[in-house]
Amino acid sequence: MAHHEESHSHVTVLPPDKEKIKKLWTVAGILGIITALEFAVAFLVPHEYANVRVWIFITMTIVKAAYIVGEFMHLRHEAKVLIWSILIPLIFIVWMLVAFIYEGTSISDARF
Amino acid sequence: MASTSTTSVQAPGRSIWDGGVSPMGASYGKLMMWFFLLSDAFTFSALLITYGLVRSSHPGYSGEVESFVFSPEYWPVPEKVFDAVPFLHGVELPLVFVGIMTFILIMSSVTMVLAVEAGHRMDRAAVEKWMLWTIIGGITFLSCQAWEWTHFIIGTDAGTVVKQIINGQEVTRTIFGANLMENQYGPPDFAGFFFFITGFHGFHVFSGVCLNFLVYFNTVMGVYDRRGHYEMVEKVGLYWHFVDLVWVFVFTFFYLV
Repeated sequence: MAHHEESHSHVTVLPPDKEKIKKLWTVAGILGIITALEFAVAFLVPHEYANVRVWIFITMTIVKAAYIVGEFMHLRHEAKVLIWSILIPLIFIVWMLVAFIYEGTSISDARF
Repeated sequence: MASTSTTSVQAPGRSIWDGGVSPMGASYGKLMMWFFLLSDAFTFSALLITYGLVRSSHPGYSGEVESFVFSPEYWPVPEKVFDAVPFLHGVELPLVFVGIMTFILIMSSVTMVLAVEAGHRMDRAAVEKWMLWTIIGGITFLSCQAWEWTHFIIGTDAGTVVKQIINGQEVTRTIFGANLMENQYGPPDFAGFFFFITGFHGFHVFSGVCLNFLVYFNTVMGVYDRRGHYEMVEKVGLYWHFVDLVWVFVFTFFYLV
């Protein structure tokens, strides 16, 4: 056992970074609150306002995604070139989204 | 990470891209994880966007939400499909269980990021603690999903009565639950997408739990202490956060919209 302890004695353990940990919990709190708000919208905004609902949901989802990718995945604090290498290709997803929804509406119009 | 030695980079006649340094200020492993996740994001986007296409090419339910009934004629209102909670049979609690699952996954993302923070400080005991919580969160989420799938497949007590034309004759029969051919909730595609999207995500969670366990095991064995850094925790952490990220989108586009 003594030998076991010794073999790790060269590892220097730093004290917890209180500020950083507090910040992480704040982000978690924000994510929780937004999710709770999504529930509020789901049950308080009537289904007749379908477009309003959808846009609120999409906005909230993007805000949540930004916090997860920016803070939890630490992307916001990486080198600029890395940030852009990840964000710019997402244009393809935006394009696919626009194209497919357009196509879907056309199919819908043709069928009904 | 950002403190890559700048003196050697600035040597005359050498660009940052000539080798020997990491131009993006991240290690090879982290960089590759980022690009893998980017490709994975494309896969999930393809699934979710195709869901959008197929959904918008089906008629939606146009009546009052209160009087909604299941029918293969139109796309169902998700909150009417996912309204069951374990141990509360017959009680209508729309989206409550999915909400619980969402919170579980967000919490496990927090414990993961705390493990990464502990790894930066070489604090083995804290990494062990937070990795274990993350694994527990992942397993809890998977268990919830197993329950939800079971409920979805078995269906409600009453099922849905449909009229079909089989061999030229009109036949009335009741469909219970769901499979890849038909389901009681709506058009066949609805269940198909449920199985593929939540299944593909669930498989990611499962792989994530396996990877987390591997990292936990290595931490306990002192592998990262001997290596001198806990970067593996960071890399697997990236993957785990991505799984949480995907769920945020699945939650919105499959359950809320």
